Amino acid sequence: MELVEAIILSVLAASTPLLIAATGELVTERSGVLNLGVEGMMIVGAACGFAGAWLTGSIFIGALFGIVAGTMMSLIFALMALGLAVNQVATGLALTILGVGLSGLIGAGFVGERITPAVHLFIPGLTDIPLVGRVLFGEDGFVYVSIALVLGVWWFLYRTRAGLILRACGDNHVSAHALGYPVLRIRTFAVMFGGACAGLAGAYLPLAYTPFFIPGMTAGRGWIALALVVFSSWRPGRLVVGAYLFGAVTILQLHAQGWGVGIPSQFMSALPYLATIIVLVLLSRARSGGSTAPAALGTVFVPDR
Amino acid sequence: MRKSFLALAAGLLLAGSVDAASAADKLKVGFIYLGPIGDLGWTYQHDLARQALVKELGDKIETTYLENVPEGPDAERSIEQLVRAGNKLIFTTSFGYMDPTLKVAKKYPNVHFEHATGYKRNPNMSTYSARWYQGRYIQGLIAAKMSKSGVLGYIGSFPIPEVVSGINATMLAAQTINPNIKVKIIWANTWFDPGKEADAAKALIDQGADVIMQHTDSPAAMQIASERGKLAFGQDSEMIKFGPKTQLTSILDTWGPYYIERVKAELAGTWKSEDSWGGLDSHMFAMAPYTNMPDEVKKMAEDAQAAITAGKLHPFKCPIVGQDGKPVECKGGDHLDDGQILGMNFYVKGIDDKLPGK
Repeated sequence: MELVEAIILSVLAASTPLLIAATGELVTERSGVLNLGVEGMMIVGAACGFAGAWLTGSIFIGALFGIVAGTMMSLIFALMALGLAVNQVATGLALTILGVGLSGLIGAGFVGERITPAVHLFIPGLTDIPLVGRVLFGEDGFVYVSIALVLGVWWFLYRTRAGLILRACGDNHVSAHALGYPVLRIRTFAVMFGGACAGLAGAYLPLAYTPFFIPGMTAGRGWIALALVVFSSWRPGRLVVGAYLFGAVTILQLHAQGWGVGIPSQFMSALPYLATIIVLVLLSRARSGGSTAPAALGTVFVPDR
Repeated sequence: MRKSFLALAAGLLLAGSVDAASAADKLKVGFIYLGPIGDLGWTYQHDLARQALVKELGDKIETTYLENVPEGPDAERSIEQLVRAGNKLIFTTSFGYMDPTLKVAKKYPNVHFEHATGYKRNPNMSTYSARWYQGRYIQGLIAAKMSKSGVLGYIGSFPIPEVVSGINATMLAAQTINPNIKVKIIWANTWFDPGKEADAAKALIDQGADVIMQHTDSPAAMQIASERGKLAFGQDSEMIKFGPKTQLTSILDTWGPYYIERVKAELAGTWKSEDSWGGLDSHMFAMAPYTNMPDEVKKMAEDAQAAITAGKLHPFKCPIVGQDGKPVECKGGDHLDDGQILGMNFYVKGIDDKLPGK
């Protein structure tokens, strides 16, 4: 029983950065912008988040540093891809390369330093409940924020007028523009939201997951978040399924190796990717209606003035 | 104003060219690194060695390094870049640079190359590596003494001979202390991913391991063991900062003396293509101080280290029994020979796991 609880806790910790980053990118893509720079924004968020926490001693301020850093990075993207109408794919890739270099520079002075990681919630009575206590009432703040975030995004996209307008920009920017909506401004906000989330997701790594900073510590999580958005057909609900499934299979395959089940480790390492792709593809096939990709995704829009 | 600016620029240019002229007299030594120099592990140790080299021979040489160079065909371009920049001796510091280094070496016979941990050589390309399995043997002794649960946790990177020989050396040593010792092995399938390494360490501890050993590069596993009040060994570099009450010891890569020796040979014109596989006796690696253990265990570790250094104790002393229960052929007299260790692809008896791909 204790082992089950320990596994669930590890799964939540492993899934949370993916969920946060992917939620942000989902909003960005729903507005019609493809920002491939998630990995770069994340790693800068990790470096700045750690720097903030180390300098102030506060995890909360560290997380804010991460959010601001991710947002700043996304503004560079917005300036290039939206303001100057540069190719979004190229700009996003360049942003990742920039972020990896920049984070090494920012973090150089902090390598080898330690901080006290984010505290876990503790409610006497509730946190002590066997099996579910620590899972529901004993997480760090990031986990609760990630769940609130994805619920908020779902509500925003499907239950508010602003969300409808944002999706309209993503599906047909010419019509949205003709109706008088400021397409580029809306997209800029969406890109900034994506950047803020990526920065927070990056900051989660050195603030809660492994409380130290090392260059390259995101190790490709930004790319996984990007893939999750596509395979979840740009739907927040499926995104949650995908992120937790990916985290769960990642952790379970490690445990399976420890138990010595004798399946080659190379296959086990590929399993999270396989399982997530298969499940999300099946999910999107179950409901017909074809691709739900935002129709204007990745296309350049220059309003006629 | 404009004129003075131009004069200043011209002056700077001149100063620059003077620098270049004096630098031309110095031997240029290049390094290719796999990770960032701040990785606190593999690349960090190579760069410490480069700094030691500069400290020792700085007036005669000039060093350049390229970090974050991916393994594979892309590395070729980076190595060639160092050649064209005038480097006469180039260290390529990861296994995956083997073929690219060889290719560039064949193209530039007048430049000398040193490739770490590989097995392909050329008249102008040497190889060097360390006998880390000796350190793993000492760790195995300590682990068996310190483990209360009798279960060790081992995080592997990839099931390649170097890592497999480390696991076997650990277990052979541990079995001399506790014949029933168990090891749980998790392959991370990466050299560097702090999050995944931490997850692997958590899984091992959750499954009952109380001493964590790793063959991956980040201090994440050490940090997790520290958080959970368990014990662990560092990797490549000193990691005690991440577990002051956790680290038992760490295998430290100390390439400095080798780099200095090879550069001195280059300066003297006596550089030759060689294969150096150094152990504790050659100072190719060292053991971090033995900490967080009783004095008697510390003494045992120090004695074992002295015996291995003196050549009296061989980690792969025969007879060695494989997982299938059959004794392993003993090609090196009373111990396995270097070829058998370098190509090790079996687990020894007592490991209840299957070697991936076997």
